[in-house]
Amino acid sequence: DYFTDGCEGAENSEVRFKLCQDLWDKIKADTEVTCQIYSTCYTTGLIHFVCLAFPVSSVGVNVPDHDMTFQSLSELLQQSVTPHVASVQAKECGALKHLMKRVLERLMDTVVTVDDEEEEGEEADLKALKVLSSLCVFRNSSTGTPGKKRSSPAKDEQQQPPVVIIFKDLEAFNPRVLQDFILICSRYIERLPLMFIFGIATAPSTIQHMLPHSVSSLLCIELFQSLSCTQHLATVIDKLILTPKFPFKLNGKAMQVLISIFLYHDFSVRNFIKGIQLALLEHFHSQPLSVLCCRKKEALLHMTQLSHRDVERIRQLLSFKRYVEKQEQQEQVNLLKDDNHLKEVCQRLIKDLNKYHKNYYPVLRCLHTLTSSLPRYPLGKQIRELHLICLEKNVWENEDYQTAMKLLRMLAKDELITLLQRCAETLQSVKSKKMKNALVQLEELLTKFKQSKKLSPFEVLRNEALDFIDGLVRSYLSPPESQTLNEVCYYSSSATVRRHLNATPRTSIQAALSSPYYYLQNDNLKTEDGSVSNAAPDICIAYKLHLECGRLINLYDWLEAYATVVSAAEGNDPDSDNFGKVDEVKHARFIQAVSELEFLGFIKSTKQKTDHVARLTWGGC
Amino acid sequence: MTALLQHPGYEEERLQRVAEQLPCREVQAGLLLSLMGQPQQYSYPSIFIYGHRASGKSHVIYQTVGHYSSSLQLPHATVSCVECVSVALLFEQVLLSFFGCDAASLLPRSPSLSDFVRIYKQQCSQSPAKQTRYIVMEKAELLRDTDANLLPALLRLQELVEDNITVILLSEIAWDKFRPNTGCFEPLLLHFPDYSKGELQQILSQDRHPSYSAELYSSYINILLGVFYSVCRDLRELRHLAALNFSKFCEPLAEGKVKETDTHKLWRNIEPHLKKAMQTVYLREVSSLQWEQMQQMEEKETGALRGLSAHTHVELPYYSKFLLIAAYLASYNPARTDKRFFLKHHGKIRKTNFLKKNEKTSNHLLGPKPFPLDRLLAIFYSVVDSRVAPTASIFSQISSLVTLQLLTQVSHDDQLDAPKYKCAVSMDFICAISRTVNFDIVKYLYDFL
Repeated sequence: DYFTDGCEGAENSEVRFKLCQDLWDKIKADTEVTCQIYSTCYTTGLIHFVCLAFPVSSVGVNVPDHDMTFQSLSELLQQSVTPHVASVQAKECGALKHLMKRVLERLMDTVVTVDDEEEEGEEADLKALKVLSSLCVFRNSSTGTPGKKRSSPAKDEQQQPPVVIIFKDLEAFNPRVLQDFILICSRYIERLPLMFIFGIATAPSTIQHMLPHSVSSLLCIELFQSLSCTQHLATVIDKLILTPKFPFKLNGKAMQVLISIFLYHDFSVRNFIKGIQLALLEHFHSQPLSVLCCRKKEALLHMTQLSHRDVERIRQLLSFKRYVEKQEQQEQVNLLKDDNHLKEVCQRLIKDLNKYHKNYYPVLRCLHTLTSSLPRYPLGKQIRELHLICLEKNVWENEDYQTAMKLLRMLAKDELITLLQRCAETLQSVKSKKMKNALVQLEELLTKFKQSKKLSPFEVLRNEALDFIDGLVRSYLSPPESQTLNEVCYYSSSATVRRHLNATPRTSIQAALSSPYYYLQNDNLKTEDGSVSNAAPDICIAYKLHLECGRLINLYDWLEAYATVVSAAEGNDPDSDNFGKVDEVKHARFIQAVSELEFLGFIKSTKQKTDHVARLTWGGC
Repeated sequence: MTALLQHPGYEEERLQRVAEQLPCREVQAGLLLSLMGQPQQYSYPSIFIYGHRASGKSHVIYQTVGHYSSSLQLPHATVSCVECVSVALLFEQVLLSFFGCDAASLLPRSPSLSDFVRIYKQQCSQSPAKQTRYIVMEKAELLRDTDANLLPALLRLQELVEDNITVILLSEIAWDKFRPNTGCFEPLLLHFPDYSKGELQQILSQDRHPSYSAELYSSYINILLGVFYSVCRDLRELRHLAALNFSKFCEPLAEGKVKETDTHKLWRNIEPHLKKAMQTVYLREVSSLQWEQMQQMEEKETGALRGLSAHTHVELPYYSKFLLIAAYLASYNPARTDKRFFLKHHGKIRKTNFLKKNEKTSNHLLGPKPFPLDRLLAIFYSVVDSRVAPTASIFSQISSLVTLQLLTQVSHDDQLDAPKYKCAVSMDFICAISRTVNFDIVKYLYDFL
C-alpha cells in the first residue's frame, strides 16, 4: 500500500486512506454530474440534422477537457439517439483511407472483425467504396435482422437511427482528407443518414476556411456553443469548494496556485480537479490529524479515539497554541497536561469549526451578490475572487471592501431591494440557526424598505441594512486561519502543489547537475558550501566547470580542468607527475560528459573559433 | 416549347420522357445522343463533357444512359473519382457494374492497368457487348493526379479492350488543363454552358408547391432571381434558397392579408428577408431550421442568433495570448529590430537607419516570416509583464497553439532541435487578443513605427 509508505503518523493511516478515498469518490461523482450538465446542453435536438457543427469554442488550449466532453457526448448519443457513433481524432487519420478505416472500425466494433483481418498488411490500402457500401449493408443488417450478435434495438424500421461521426479536433484534420470524406459521404446520404459533429476549439469560421464552398454547401450546419470554460470552472468551484459539504478545504495560497494554473496555462477544468485530487491526497498523506477531516459525527468519534501522540500533535498546532494562550492559567495547564480534557475541548472546537463553515459560505454568497454588480468590481466579478480575498485575511480590513461598501451606500432603492431579496433567497436554503436569525432580520428590513415612502427614512434604512450586512461579514467571514484546529481541514502547502503540477524541467536538470546529492542521496556527494564534490558524476563536474567560462569555451582548457578535478577525486598525490595528466579513459569520460551536456542543450558546437564550443545559458559564476 | 429528342434506335416514348426531364438541355442531350448513335452501333471512344458546377452534366448523363426508370437504361458504370483512392477501386467498380462481382474478384491485389484490360477482355469474350457500354467518370479532374498512364489509356479504352465501350468524362475544368505533355488520344469535347436567367427561371419554377398555383411560384422565383442573380448563379444554391424562403413568402397569403395576384405586396413583404438571407445563408452556416427560428425571432427581437462568421471570439489562457502576441511580433518584425523594441536602453534609432533596400515594402504585405523557438521565447519573456517560470506547460501551450492552427510549424515534425514556426493569425485577430490583455501591439510593430 503506497499510501502508508513514508506516511506521516502511520498508525491511523488506513483510516485516513479510507476517508481520502471516500472524499475523492464523492468529488468524482459530483464533477461527473456537472460535466453531464455541461454537455447535455448541446445534445438536445441533435437528431434532425444531416450534419451539424459543434464548436467547443471554450475548450481552448490543450484539449484535455475535450476528451471528457466528447466521451460523455458520445455516450449520451449512444443511449438516447443512435447506437452508431464513431469518434475520430486527427492524429489517427492522416489519409483518407485511414479515416475510413477508423470510422468503420468504431462503427462496427465487434460486429465485423473479418474485415479487419483482411485489411492487415498491404491490404491496408483500404477500399473506400467497399467501406461505405458495407456500411450500408451493416446498417441494414443491424437494424433489420435481429439475428445478429448485438441484440439490435427493436426500433421502427422507417425511422432509422442516424450514423454519427464525431470529429474531435477539426482544426488538426487535413482539409483535403476532410473534403474528400464529405464528398464521398454525400453520395451515400440517400441510403445512409449520416451526421457529423465537428469539435472546433477556435472560431466556427474555421469550417469555411477548411472547406471550399463546393463542399460546405453539401452540409447543413447547425452551431452549438458550449459554455465557456470559466463558467464551467465556476460551477465546479461552486459544487466542490464553496460548500460546507466537503470537509476538505484548500487555503488561500493553494487555491490561488490551482486557479492561476487554470487561467494562465491550460483552461482545463479536468486538470483543476486533478489538482484538487493531488492536494487531497497530500493532505491525508502528510497530516496525521486529517483523520478528523470528515463529517462532524465521525470526527467527534475519531477524536475520542486519538492516541497520545496525536494529542501531542494537536498541542503543536499553531492555531491551538494561540487558543491555549488565550485561556486562563488553570485551563492552560489542564489543556497541556490532561489528554481527556483536551479531547473534550477539541470536540467543542470541531463543532465550532463546523459551524464556522456553515455560516461562512452563505454570507460569502450574500456579499458576492451585493458586490458583483458594482461598477469596476472592487471585490471581483467572480465569487472565487471574493473567496480568495476572504481566505487571505479579514476582508473588512481590505480597502476594496471599504470602497464597495461606500458604493453600496449610494445604491438606489429598487436596486438595493432586489439585491437584498436575492441575499434573502440564498440565506433561505441554509439550515444553521444563526443564518435563520439573520434571515429573519433581513426580511424585516425588507418589509420596512417596502413600507418607507419618503426619502430620508430610506437613507436611514439603507444604512441600517448595510450595517447589518457589515456585521454579518465581520462575524462570519473571518479567514480560516483564525479558526482553531483549521489545520485539520485546510491544506496549505501551495509549494507542493505548484511543484507537482507546474513541471519545470530546466530547473530540475540544473538542480540535478549542480547538487547531485539531491537526487542520488549518496553521502559522498554532500558538500557544505553548495559546491560540487570531486566525486560527483562526470557530467556534474563538466557542468560545474563550464559555468566558470564565458560565452565560448575552449575545449582543451576544459579538459585540463576536468582532468585535475578527477585526479584529485582519485586521491592522486597533487605533487606527482601524473597528477592532472589526461589519459585515454579520462579523455573518453570527458567527451561523453560534453556530449551529454550538448544533448541537454547547455552547449553547442560553433564555427566561430576552432576547438571551442558555445555556451547556451547565462549565469553561473 | 421542348424540341423533342429524336433519334433512331430508341423508343420514341422513352425519348420523350427523357426530354421532359431535361429542361433547357435539349441541345446538349440531342448532341450527346447523336454522338452515341444507336445502341448497337460503335460509339466514339471517349467523350469529354465540361461546364461549371450545377450546369446539368451529371443530370443529362444519368437521364440518358442512367439507371432511372425514365432514362434510356443503357449498360453503364458510374465512378466518382473522389472515391477512388486507388486505381484498384476504379477497376473493381467498372468490372462490378458490367460483369458482376465474380469478375471483380478476379482482380489481383494491387492491379495494374494491364491486369484490368486482361480481365476485361476475358470477361468480354464470354459476354460480348450487344449495346455500347458506357463508363461515366465524375470529377474527372482528379484523374490528373493518378498514374500518368491511366488517363491516356481510358481515352482509348475501346481499342485496348476491343469492345464497344465509351468513356464519358465529366469535369468542371476545360480539356486544355488535362492534356498530358506526352500527348494522347483527343476525346470529343462537349461544353455545357451556364444556364441563363430565363433558363434558371424555367427550371426553378418546376418545383412548385402543390398547394399554390404555378403562377404564384413562378412570380416568387422571379423575385428571388431578381435579388440573387447578381451574386449567385448556382442552380443548386438558388434552389436551396428558394425552398428556404418560400414559407416566408406565403405567410401573408396564409394569414389571408394578401391575395395571390397582389405581387407587389408580396414583393414588399419578402424582399427584406431575401436581403438578409444574402448575408448568411449563402454560406450555409445555419441550418434551415435555425433559419426559420431566426425569422420568427426577428419579429420579437433582432439579432439573437448569429451565423458562423459572427463568432470570431477565441478564448485562450493568459500566457497563450502572450505567446501568440510574441509569435506575431516575431513573424512580422525583422529580427534586427528586436533590440530596438525589447531592450531598455536601446538608444534612439530611427526607422531609416534600419531600412535595407528590400525592406521598404510593408512586412504585412509580405506575410509572416518563420522564426525559431528561441526568439519566440525571448520576445515572450520580455512582453509578458510578470516573471514567468519556464515550465513545461509554457511549451505545451506552444504545441497546442500549433494544433489550433494559430501557429504553424515550418520545420519538419521530426526536428526537435530549434523548431521554427510562423504565426498564422490576422492583424485584426491579434489586435483583439492584445486588447484583452492590455497590450498595445501596434507600438511594437516595425511596420507602424
